Amino acid sequence: MQASKTSRLRNSSPGDRVFDICNVIFMVCLMIVTMYPFVNMIAVSFNDANDAVRGGIYLWPRMWTLNNYKYIFGESDIYHATLISLLRTVTGTAVSVFCTAMLAFTVSRQEFVLRKFVTLFFVITMYFSGGLIPGYLLIRNLGLTDSFWVYIVPGVIGVFNMIIIRSFIEGLPEGILESARIDGAGEFTTFIRVVLPLTIPAMATVSLFVAVGQWNSWFDVFLYNSSNINLSTLQYELMKILQTTNTSATAGAVEAYQSAENAVRVTPTSLRATMTIIASVPILMVYPFLQRYFVQGMTVGGVKG
Amino acid sequence: MEKPVYSVNSDPQVKSPGMNKTNLFFSRLIQQRTLAFMCLPFVIWAFVFKYLPIWGWTMAFQNYKPARSFSEQEWAGLKHFRILFEDSTFYRVLRNTLVMSTIQLILGFVTAITLALLLNELKNIIFKRVVQTVSYLPHFISWVVASSIVLTVLSPDGIINLLLTKLHLLDKPELWMGKGNYFWGILAGTQVWKDVGWNTIIYLAAITSIDPSQYEAAEIDGASRFQRMLNITLPGLKPVIIILLIMNLGNILESGFEPQYLLGNGMNLEYSENLDIFVLKYGLGMGSFSLGTAAGIFKTVVSFIFLFSANHIAKRMGESRLF
Repeated sequence: MQASKTSRLRNSSPGDRVFDICNVIFMVCLMIVTMYPFVNMIAVSFNDANDAVRGGIYLWPRMWTLNNYKYIFGESDIYHATLISLLRTVTGTAVSVFCTAMLAFTVSRQEFVLRKFVTLFFVITMYFSGGLIPGYLLIRNLGLTDSFWVYIVPGVIGVFNMIIIRSFIEGLPEGILESARIDGAGEFTTFIRVVLPLTIPAMATVSLFVAVGQWNSWFDVFLYNSSNINLSTLQYELMKILQTTNTSATAGAVEAYQSAENAVRVTPTSLRATMTIIASVPILMVYPFLQRYFVQGMTVGGVKG
Repeated sequence: MEKPVYSVNSDPQVKSPGMNKTNLFFSRLIQQRTLAFMCLPFVIWAFVFKYLPIWGWTMAFQNYKPARSFSEQEWAGLKHFRILFEDSTFYRVLRNTLVMSTIQLILGFVTAITLALLLNELKNIIFKRVVQTVSYLPHFISWVVASSIVLTVLSPDGIINLLLTKLHLLDKPELWMGKGNYFWGILAGTQVWKDVGWNTIIYLAAITSIDPSQYEAAEIDGASRFQRMLNITLPGLKPVIIILLIMNLGNILESGFEPQYLLGNGMNLEYSENLDIFVLKYGLGMGSFSLGTAAGIFKTVVSFIFLFSANHIAKRMGESRLF
């Protein structure tokens, strides 16, 4: 910001102007490279499935149709998986953000005697973990496999998120907490009535991070719930389609989808494109509005963490 | 910062001369019991979910059988580590892990810093905002979606093959995912595509804290835009770069798991399999929990050595450091 402000003060030399033009061209190319795959996926998802197999669809569908979307939402497994994805995103985010904020509140209090111990206890876990197999056996021994709770309970606290919220609370004016106490509010009331409403910017950032993580995760489904189709999520269903395509067992898959009793016909290509769009659109609709918050949150967390 | 907020609550005057330190601690803890109860459930949670699994490391020194209780397990000493270090597959996945994470480390740093410097030079604030928003987009999508995109873009009739054949750089479409020696490049490209925008956030924040008078002085001395970028902005980023470098060196064996697992297939297995996939395949897939855990321990220990060495070197060089 400062740099651009100062550079505006002086007359730009021809060399500088060439640099500026190249820079803008580069940025436009960058945006095209970033956006193109999504535009292409959208085009394929709105194109007739059998026509799309011919290839050659890039920016715009050749034969408009909504059949791919109709098929997917008519398919009960995928529809159910979408509901589970939504449910885990909403529940998981609410639980994790509330708990993480409560923990952050306690360790933000300078006079709390356990502050250093608790902070260290959590920060260590950022660098040290038991690893995949001990973690897997723990979840199995706790009886969390084959249940919805395995999506929520292991993610109750995010340490990085806790650091973001803690830094934010520490930045609040001291008098606010003091006056709450003078008014006779207990610690818990202070947290709910005073701290939570004031930390909304930090909570927005953390909610976005947690929600994105919940919505995007498939590995926990794969590890713990792969045998139970009722607990499958959208990303996991997409992952299964991806694996069939990647290992090029496509021919069999085409037949399977076309012989389905559903009247609408889809191909793996269209199915994949459509599910890719469904799996990414909710997040892409939300994140630009939270940009101001997460940029701030990343900066604080990045420096302190 | 260190000043107590609730001075009334934690008044040090409560301390009477006869009271020792432990008593003072407990009397304050009782005063602060609400706070203690508010964090207690999470401390228990962390103990169960983060610390208890470390106990599972004992499995690496046993011939672990899931059905038996701990006292019934048969101890095996370092047998599983020996098996691991004699396994040629282990060396292959270790090579893949190191190569992939090194490429990712270097390329990730260079591209993010370059993009941050260039973004900083954009004069139109609205255009800059738009570029930034667009560049954050791929960070938020899952690796499943990203892999789906990569497979589409690189498919025989995908855009890459189309462009390359149109430009006569290729005679016929290439099977990108079918040849192992392309895998590292594809992975590196995908990772840059996904995270380069996101990684600029921290550099751009650091740039705003550079003293503007430095730019003014350089301007008076007749330094060009490019010279100022190299001689003021880049050195101004040095502390951030070093801290991030230390943190990333600690992750040198974390080459990622999801992209390799999702983009890997039978034909590029030689190059795509890394340590995490090895643990998953041998440990959970084939049920040799002990061997998988041994590989996991190896990973954690090496990561720690890297983290501490990098931190130590930074300290010796008089640079900013992590701890």
